[in-house]
Amino acid sequence: MSFPDLLKIPKIDKLGVQEIVNRFCKRSIKTSAKKHGLHLALSMIDLTTLEGKDTTDKVRRLCYKASHLHNSLQGLPNVAAVCVYPTLVRVAKKELEGTKINVASVATAFPSGQSTLDVKLSDTKFAVNEGADEVDMVISRGKFLAGEYNFVYDEIAAVKEACGKAHLKVILETGELDTLDNVRKASDIAIYAGADFIKTSTGKISPAATMPVTFVMLNAIKDYYKKTGIKIGMKPAGGISTAKIALQYLVMLNETLGYDWMNKDLFRFGASSLANDVLMQLQKQESGYYQSLDYFSKD
Amino acid sequence: MSKLNLSKTWNYAAATESTNHILLKEKYDLFINGEFVKSNSKKYFDTINPATDEVIAKISEANKKDIDLAVKSAKIAFRRWSKLKAKERGKYIFRIARMIQERAKEFAVIESMDGGKPIRESRDVDIPLAANHFFYYAGWADKLEYAFPNKTPKPLGVAGQIIPWNFPLLMAAWKIAPAIACGNTVVLKPAETTSLTALKLAEIIQESGLPKGVVNIVTGAGNTGAEIVNHPDIDKIAFTGSTNVGKLIQKSISGTKKKSTLELGGKGANIIFEDAAIDQAVEGIVNAIFFNQGHVCCAGSRLFVQESVANIVIEKLKDRMSSLIVGNPLDKNTDIGAINSKEQLATINKYIKIGQEEGGEIYQSKCSISKKGNWCPPTLFLNVSQSHTIVQEEIFGPVLAIQTFRTIDEVIEKANNTPFGLSAGVWTEKGSKIFKLTQELNAGVVWANTYNKFDPTSPFGGFKESGFGREGGLHGLKAYLKFE
Repeated sequence: MSFPDLLKIPKIDKLGVQEIVNRFCKRSIKTSAKKHGLHLALSMIDLTTLEGKDTTDKVRRLCYKASHLHNSLQGLPNVAAVCVYPTLVRVAKKELEGTKINVASVATAFPSGQSTLDVKLSDTKFAVNEGADEVDMVISRGKFLAGEYNFVYDEIAAVKEACGKAHLKVILETGELDTLDNVRKASDIAIYAGADFIKTSTGKISPAATMPVTFVMLNAIKDYYKKTGIKIGMKPAGGISTAKIALQYLVMLNETLGYDWMNKDLFRFGASSLANDVLMQLQKQESGYYQSLDYFSKD
Repeated sequence: MSKLNLSKTWNYAAATESTNHILLKEKYDLFINGEFVKSNSKKYFDTINPATDEVIAKISEANKKDIDLAVKSAKIAFRRWSKLKAKERGKYIFRIARMIQERAKEFAVIESMDGGKPIRESRDVDIPLAANHFFYYAGWADKLEYAFPNKTPKPLGVAGQIIPWNFPLLMAAWKIAPAIACGNTVVLKPAETTSLTALKLAEIIQESGLPKGVVNIVTGAGNTGAEIVNHPDIDKIAFTGSTNVGKLIQKSISGTKKKSTLELGGKGANIIFEDAAIDQAVEGIVNAIFFNQGHVCCAGSRLFVQESVANIVIEKLKDRMSSLIVGNPLDKNTDIGAINSKEQLATINKYIKIGQEEGGEIYQSKCSISKKGNWCPPTLFLNVSQSHTIVQEEIFGPVLAIQTFRTIDEVIEKANNTPFGLSAGVWTEKGSKIFKLTQELNAGVVWANTYNKFDPTSPFGGFKESGFGREGGLHGLKAYLKFE
């Protein structure tokens, strides 16, 4: 692990990125390819609840939904993980016992990250001790925008160490980074500092995940892989609410990083309402007609 | 460097555009004086789907007598058309534009069937742009005095227009729209391998009620074109096609009063500097050379990469090429379609062979290609120099010759070191560098941080052996007017 060479970080042309993203969006995904894509999308979801009003019961219900997505459809995968605040990790862990669904916890003074390193580290350690398999940390955007890249790097590296065996996802909060050049720079810093995944957003800032931002991050992952052979994961989060958008993201992934990344170990969707839309589309693939949303449980 | 696994990826199921909604006749006759009439030659030739080798329709072959009739009808129509209120002329052209939009899907499917280009391109580029050209020039029809203040613009008369097979409907629009907006009348000949959309356009023109004889569309091969060029009552020749034919046309019309604009071949230099946004530049290389299977006169067929980033650019380009989908032009996911004709495929293969014989290092992306039809995988040549044939001559296919450079002066010299001068691309994040290159490159179009972008408001044309005269924009009007 070393600090990335900032001089060698490729520049990003925003219009060029938009152009290729538009091209991905025009791919036509039908029949067997669609079914495969929808199953894949479902298996990559981090079912998320991150609200001040979250309670033990709310998390329990969400966990049950996570392992019983839609009983009337056969052969469905489970979602990848349930994502909650640190204080609710224990509840989720217990509910998900016996399933292969991971528990992810946000940490490090989520969502603003405005706290001291000590607090962030103890937040992280708490989440891990409670049983979190994955930790979603936020970077200090203020420091990043002030040009204190070493600070941001060191912080990520420290949190990574505090994570122990838990996987670390680093949230860049791209909605606050302003430019795609910044997104690329932050991606490289996070990757070099030890992130297992890089993630777009907290979901608390608009815009959350967008395809151009995700594309830039995928390219950072690609360049790092080409250089080191190490595969970093990607998690767009927030704003991906329909199956159609999810498939567009998968097309982008497929054509940028390819087969090796097309699984939940290296790609996730952070989403709260995506699952039901994907289920509705899968149901339609089976039966040929759309069911009312009332047939899909909301938890 | 670690390799990405882009080939064994999620395969998209076929998403073929339906052909149920299109109306095609078995035989197409000539469109002269507002009617479809049988040719005097009584001969028909086949138009073939280059992706399947199937015959789509039979096209009439026009001979001297037919051209006589077409030119005569255009000449008679000119008397009234040129005197019609300009606003009324505009209305007809607006109507044609709207009708193309209404039938855009049908046009797109036919364009892809007849020419082999992917439906993604005919749907998103060719047809909308063709309609836009009619819209744009319709607007100019009654504003010519404002376009050229203190001059009195007058139409030329009968324009003979000969167009190529790479953008059949779009080229017809480029030619017809400004000509008739300025009050000229037209005899247009589409290329023999791709006549269908021009003939469908003739149907629209007929429906639109455009006065008879203003636009005549005659079909046939080179001989038919020669009859148009040599006809004494033609006042202007507008030609888009190969440099060789352009030279022949110039010879034939020398000593006559015929005016001409020629838009000929090219060997566009696409220049990537080390300070460019590399990933987007790589995408730009793909757009520059693989757009429309490389059948583009302004294609960026010579790539110049600054040495410090050459390895990374080529590595990324190879990756990108492996995710391009080559196949059925009617599949909505196809990136690269079929080569337009057997003849063109032979030409491309000839150059690929020459490239290898002269010591170029070839790289082709892997793709499964059907036995029927004409196909050429995206191809790169490395280790070539300005002295290689494939760097000097236009190939008109998906074949890219890659060279490296060290300094800005070196690349300007190399980019200009060609008989052509149609287009160039510059990729850098530095604005001052862009301005330096746009000044010093001898090319009609220089794109900065993009490539192959077209717009009716923007003039297009070449220097040197890429031709003369401009099409598009205000400049495009000038080519169809005289000033008294």
